[in-house]
Amino acid sequence: MRTDVSKINETTPHTGLTEGLMIFGAGTSKEFKTGEWRTNTPVFLEDKCKQCLLCAPVCPDSCIPVTDGKREKFDMDHCKGCGICAKVCPFGAIEMKEGIEA
Amino acid sequence: MSIKERMSGNEAVSYAIRQINPDVMPAFPITPSTEIPQMVSTFAANGQVDTEFIPVESEHSAMSAAIGAEAAGARTMTATSSVGLALMWEELLLAASNRLPLALALVNRTLSGPININCDHSDGMGARDTGWIQIYAENNQEAYDNFIQAFPIAENPSVHLPIMICQDGFITSHAVENIELLEDEPVKKFVGEYNPEEFLLNPGKPIAVGPYSVSNYAMEAKKNQEDAMENAKEVILEVAKKFYKMSGRKYGLFEEYRTKDADYIMLIMGSAAGTAKEAVDELREKGMKAGVLKLRVFRPFPEKEIAEALKNCKAAAIMDRCESYNGNGGPLGSEVTAGLYRNKVIIETVNYIYGLAGRDFTVDHAKQIFDELAGLVEEGKEVMQHQYIGLRK
Repeated sequence: MRTDVSKINETTPHTGLTEGLMIFGAGTSKEFKTGEWRTNTPVFLEDKCKQCLLCAPVCPDSCIPVTDGKREKFDMDHCKGCGICAKVCPFGAIEMKEGIEA
Repeated sequence: MSIKERMSGNEAVSYAIRQINPDVMPAFPITPSTEIPQMVSTFAANGQVDTEFIPVESEHSAMSAAIGAEAAGARTMTATSSVGLALMWEELLLAASNRLPLALALVNRTLSGPININCDHSDGMGARDTGWIQIYAENNQEAYDNFIQAFPIAENPSVHLPIMICQDGFITSHAVENIELLEDEPVKKFVGEYNPEEFLLNPGKPIAVGPYSVSNYAMEAKKNQEDAMENAKEVILEVAKKFYKMSGRKYGLFEEYRTKDADYIMLIMGSAAGTAKEAVDELREKGMKAGVLKLRVFRPFPEKEIAEALKNCKAAAIMDRCESYNGNGGPLGSEVTAGLYRNKVIIETVNYIYGLAGRDFTVDHAKQIFDELAGLVEEGKEVMQHQYIGLRK
């Protein structure tokens, strides 16, 4: 009965779904690209960024990856465009743009 | 060997619970089901069961805790009545949609208001579209037998749905009657150990239960749940067959009492079926071909089977111990007639409302109803639909 949820999609007939839509696996939300819900998109202005890292922890969807003390580009597969990062940035290094594309 | 005893319905169900020894029982007391958690907590305190008894602060919490425990992999049950079931309502639907084979001992009591503690079926009927299997008992013996069959039905892989085992408040739950109990060992063997394939507390095999479902998936999930309910019908009969082998007591989707050649049949559920049978015996002596169809399984609803059982009678009285406040009769009245029509069984039917909030339903009442059916068929007398039995006018 353990099912590979990556093989279930919107064309799967009802008999192919798991019982009670249970998900047999962990961390599967990564596979689900919720970024497509976005109506506003943050634009990262790298020149203005001082790498203060105030933006990364406030992101509700963990879409600002940090490596070696430096923030990287947005994870647009999961960013929902809430704009909290833009509000919190003291240097105007994040701007919000209307639409799903930056 | 069966054990001859005398017990109330609540005692009988509690006895079955002791024999089944479920893993978890969260419960909140409410009349007339209070004795069940009371007795089980006593069994737990005395070391007669290993059950983790959780005294919660409301029925909403009782069902929430039951869902959590069952999802975690524990065989779980609870008990309630009336507004207690109403307070569980939101969770009842989740238990079913998450496909958790919980058991609930429902001691039927009217829903408020007016506030009243006595029996009718408005609590169970109010939960009729929550996705739970519902089995009703006529007496303490059936409540006991049905509860022993509950987990094997609910946990069957083609079902995986929660199950409500219902008995009439006070009439069955508190009246002491003779009963034949089974020995502990055969019951334990019959119910077996609970070994779910997938559950939350399963190291190395993580799962998520009850995830958000977008519109592209939810309808398919509901269809699967409906299919499981339809599968339950066959499973209920298989489990009944095995139960018969162990106990010698036969169960089906309903009981047909003297219906084979009956011109007039009363379709009824719960303790009042005994009253109806007594009326049938008396009427048969006077030459009227009367019979009783006592519905045992209300969910899944055995529409085809009922139509088949009623097709040769001239008229049927459909008895609802519940008002639907829809201007169109009670739930059984609506569902049975829909089933008859769909199966092209066109007979006279009259829907009666009886026994609300503990109102007595007597042998004389039942006989009057049979007389009314005969008058309708033989003399063309008009009969009012949706009439109240024993109402002061």
